[in-house]
Amino acid sequence: MTNVLAALGRRSLVSLERLGRGSLFLLRVLASVPGLLRRPGLVVRQVWSTGVLSLLIIVISGAFVGLVLGLQGYNTLVTFGAEESLGLVVAKSLLRELGPVVAALLFAGRAGTALTAEIGFMKATEQLSAMEMMAVDPLRRIVAPRFLAAIIAMPLLAAIFTAVGVLGGWFCGVGLLGVDDGSFWSQMQAKVLLVEDVVNGVVIKGFVFGVVISWIAVFEGYDAVPTSEGVSAATTRTVVHSSLAVLGLDFVLTGLMFN
Amino acid sequence: MSTRNEELKTDTLVRIRNLHFRRGQRTIFDGIDLDIPRGRITAILGPSGTGKTTLLRLIGAQLAPAQGTVEVDGKDVHRLPLRELYEVRKRVGMLFQSGALLTDLTLFENVAFPLREHTRLPESMLRSLVLMKLEMVGLRGARDLYPRELSGGMARRAALARAIALDPMMIMYDEPFSGQDPISMGVLVRLIKSLNDALGITSVLVSHDVAETCSIADYIYVLSGSKIVGHGTPQALLAAETPTVRQFMGGLPDGPVPFHFPGRGYLEDLLEDLPR
Repeated sequence: MTNVLAALGRRSLVSLERLGRGSLFLLRVLASVPGLLRRPGLVVRQVWSTGVLSLLIIVISGAFVGLVLGLQGYNTLVTFGAEESLGLVVAKSLLRELGPVVAALLFAGRAGTALTAEIGFMKATEQLSAMEMMAVDPLRRIVAPRFLAAIIAMPLLAAIFTAVGVLGGWFCGVGLLGVDDGSFWSQMQAKVLLVEDVVNGVVIKGFVFGVVISWIAVFEGYDAVPTSEGVSAATTRTVVHSSLAVLGLDFVLTGLMFN
Repeated sequence: MSTRNEELKTDTLVRIRNLHFRRGQRTIFDGIDLDIPRGRITAILGPSGTGKTTLLRLIGAQLAPAQGTVEVDGKDVHRLPLRELYEVRKRVGMLFQSGALLTDLTLFENVAFPLREHTRLPESMLRSLVLMKLEMVGLRGARDLYPRELSGGMARRAALARAIALDPMMIMYDEPFSGQDPISMGVLVRLIKSLNDALGITSVLVSHDVAETCSIADYIYVLSGSKIVGHGTPQALLAAETPTVRQFMGGLPDGPVPFHFPGRGYLEDLLEDLPR
C-alpha cells in the first residue's frame, strides 16, 4: 500500500517537474517571439510547412464530416418536419465544436508530430548544440518560428475545415436529399451570430488549441531524450497529450462561452 | 621578433582552474588545471569516457561546472551574461564528432549559416567567403550536396569549413580522427596543422588517437580518472615514466586504468545464479 502511494507520489512529482520545466520553456519561447518581427521569412516558411501542407487532410476530413453531419442532421430533423433548419444545424455544430476540435486533433497528428520529430531529431544529431556553439540561440532560430507559425496556422485551418464542412453538409442535404436551397442558407444567415458562434468557436477555440498544441509539440521535441526511442516516445506524447488537452479544454471553453 | 615569439608562447587563451564537474553521482573532473596557449595546438588525450567532450562543452559554457573557473580570452565564461557569452562563442569554432551539419541545408548553406546569422554581407561577398572556406577543405565542388550525401570524412571537413566561417580565434576539435579511414585521417591532420599555421588559429583537440595527435600537437595533457595525470610535449610524454601515461601512450590493455569495469567479484557474480 505504502509502495503504491510512494510510486504515485513519485510519478506526480515527475509530472509536476515537467510541467514546471515546460512552463519556463514557454516563457523563454514567448520572450524570443518579438525578435521574429525582424525575420518574418523564418515564420512564413514554417506556416507553409505546418499550415499549407496540412491543408489536404483538413479539406478532405472537413468534407466528410460535413457530409455525415448533413445526413445525420437530415434524418433527425425530417422526423419533426424541420429539415429546412439543416443549414443552421450543420453550421452551428461545425462553427462551435466540430470545426475547431476535429481540425485541432488532425493538426496535432499531422503538424504537431512533425514539429516534435524534427526538433527532437535536431537535438539527437547535435544540430541544436552546434547552433548554440555558433552563438545562434536555437530557441530563437528553430523553436520560436515553429511555435508562432503553428499558432497562426491553427485558427485558419479550423476556419477552412468549417467552411468545407458546411459545403459538405449543403451538398448532402440540398444536393442529395432534396432540402430547399433557399431555406438552407437563409436559416443559417438568420441564426448564426458573428460573435457567439464564429468568434467564440472557430477564432478563440482555434487560437487556444493552436497555442496548446504547438507548445506541447515544440517542448516535447526540445525536451526529448536524444535517442531514436526518445524521439519516438516524445512524438507519441505529443499526440496523446495534445489530443487530451484539446478535448479537455474544449469542454472548459464551451462551459465558459455557452452557459 | 624573438621577444614577440616569447610573448606569444606565454600568452594563455584558455585558463582552467580547479575545475570540478559531476554527472549524477559520478565525478567526471576532480580539480583540473589546464592552460591553452594562444596560436598553438594543444591536445587533450585520454581513454574514452574520461569526459574529454565534456571538457570542451565546459569551455564552450554549454555545461556549468560544480566548482572552478574557465576563462576564455580573460573572461570567465560561466559568469558572463548570455549576450556576452554569445560574443565569445562567435569567436570560438567547434568541430563536433558527428559533424552536426544542418541536415536540411546544402553544404553551401551550412557554411553560410553562421555568416547569415551574424553578419549582413551582400550576397556576392558571402558567396566568395563561403567558397573560400570550402576551397580550404577541398569541398568547393560539393557545395550543392546535402549532408546525407557525404561520407563521414567529408562531413567532418564540411563541418570544419563551417567552424572557420566566422574566422574564429580558436577551434575545438572533438575526436577529429575517430572513425576515419587512413586517407581522410591524413587529410584532417594536415588541415588542422595548416589552419593553425596559416591562420594562427588556436587549436584544442581532444582525442584518443595517440600517433596522429602526437604528430601535430605542440603540447599534450593526458586525462585519466577525472584528473590530469601528465602533460608535456609529445616527445616528453612518450618518454614519460608515470604508469598511467605510459599505459595510455603505449596502448597497453591493463595497468592503472583497469581492463575491467568496476563491479563486484567475478566468482561472486558467477555463483549467484546457482540453485541452492
